[in-house]
Amino acid sequence: MTMPALATYALRLGDDALVLSHRLGEWVTNAPQLEEDVALANIGLDLLGQARTLLSYAGEVEAAGRSEDDLAYLRDEREFLNVHLVERPNEDFAVSMARQLLFSTYQLALYERLQDSADPTLAGMSAKAVKEVDYHRDHATQWVLRLGDGTDESHRRMQAGLERLWPYVDELFGTDDLEHSLVADGIAVDSSALRARWDGYLDGVLAEATLSRPEGTRTPPGGGRRGIHTEPMGFLLAEMQHLHRAHPGATW
Amino acid sequence: MLPLDEARAAAAAVLDPELPVLSIADLGILRDVAMADGGSVVVTITPTYSGCPAMDVIRRDVEDAVRAAGFDRVEVRTVLSPAWTTDWLTESGRRALQDYGIAPPSRRTTSSGPVALSLSVRCPQCGSPDTRESSRFGSTACKSLWVCNACREPFDHMKAI
Repeated sequence: MTMPALATYALRLGDDALVLSHRLGEWVTNAPQLEEDVALANIGLDLLGQARTLLSYAGEVEAAGRSEDDLAYLRDEREFLNVHLVERPNEDFAVSMARQLLFSTYQLALYERLQDSADPTLAGMSAKAVKEVDYHRDHATQWVLRLGDGTDESHRRMQAGLERLWPYVDELFGTDDLEHSLVADGIAVDSSALRARWDGYLDGVLAEATLSRPEGTRTPPGGGRRGIHTEPMGFLLAEMQHLHRAHPGATW
Repeated sequence: MLPLDEARAAAAAVLDPELPVLSIADLGILRDVAMADGGSVVVTITPTYSGCPAMDVIRRDVEDAVRAAGFDRVEVRTVLSPAWTTDWLTESGRRALQDYGIAPPSRRTTSSGPVALSLSVRCPQCGSPDTRESSRFGSTACKSLWVCNACREPFDHMKAI
């Protein structure tokens, strides 16, 4: 069964938000401060809200009767279309803050452009989410500045966090035929066109945080947009989906 | 009162379950109340934040309130566009927040996009402008945590978006 391109596109963006939302949820009760538990839960909730809109819309466009819950809980790993960056484990707090900065900077640039999409649902979702993601990026920026320009130990760990996730950056800006066809219709945003704005913001933060931009790292082949994932993804899904699968149709 | 006005009044009086001093009309999330051709009442609401968990409760409360006003068929629709802004809070809503101990959001400038404003936030307890933010996130998506340097009380502030 082939999904319509628009449904696939909505799933890609929705899966990014859903999977990162789950990773942020893992921080609750484990963050370095109580305020940070609250902050990361709030950011995760915003992302979950975006994911619900996008997954519901994907189901509607597909018109095969799948709800947002069917798509979130009943797809297997190879059917998830998120980038690898969002599925990587949380690890050190500095790794998670690096991810928040790398991803929210990308997502903000994406939603800023997607507000002008010819598709009213994608445009409406983005116009709403852009305000939220602006706040997410600011939160991540504050942490990266504080840790990077902090003590020797916090600087070392923040730099290590960036190095750890840098190999997953290129995938954010990858495009393919499906995206190109939707860009031509004025629906999607050309991911490769977001790179300059992303670089500009990142470089500014890194300079102020006295961090150096990682270079010479091996870039993995990616493949998240085609359903090919890294090893932690299966474990993430097992945790995210097991309750729903153990009790099919259960409601609160 | 015309039937539509009765339906509108019933929907408008529904309280936000997380800020039970504010009606959904005061909060600015009630976007429209209309009569459909078949005689059902169509209420349109919009979420404050994408992930606002109160939406399901609000939807149900609106249905119940409009039914209780004598309308058997009620449909609640959710729209995302145009995106909610704290500028839609009514003056009475702002006062209710203040009296409840939550500092209301500052006004956003009309021309800008998502630009963070850093006007001082007045303490809702003692009125002092000498306050500081202790956490950018609070008990719900729409609030941040502040402390008053004058009276030392912590308080919530509804973020301007």
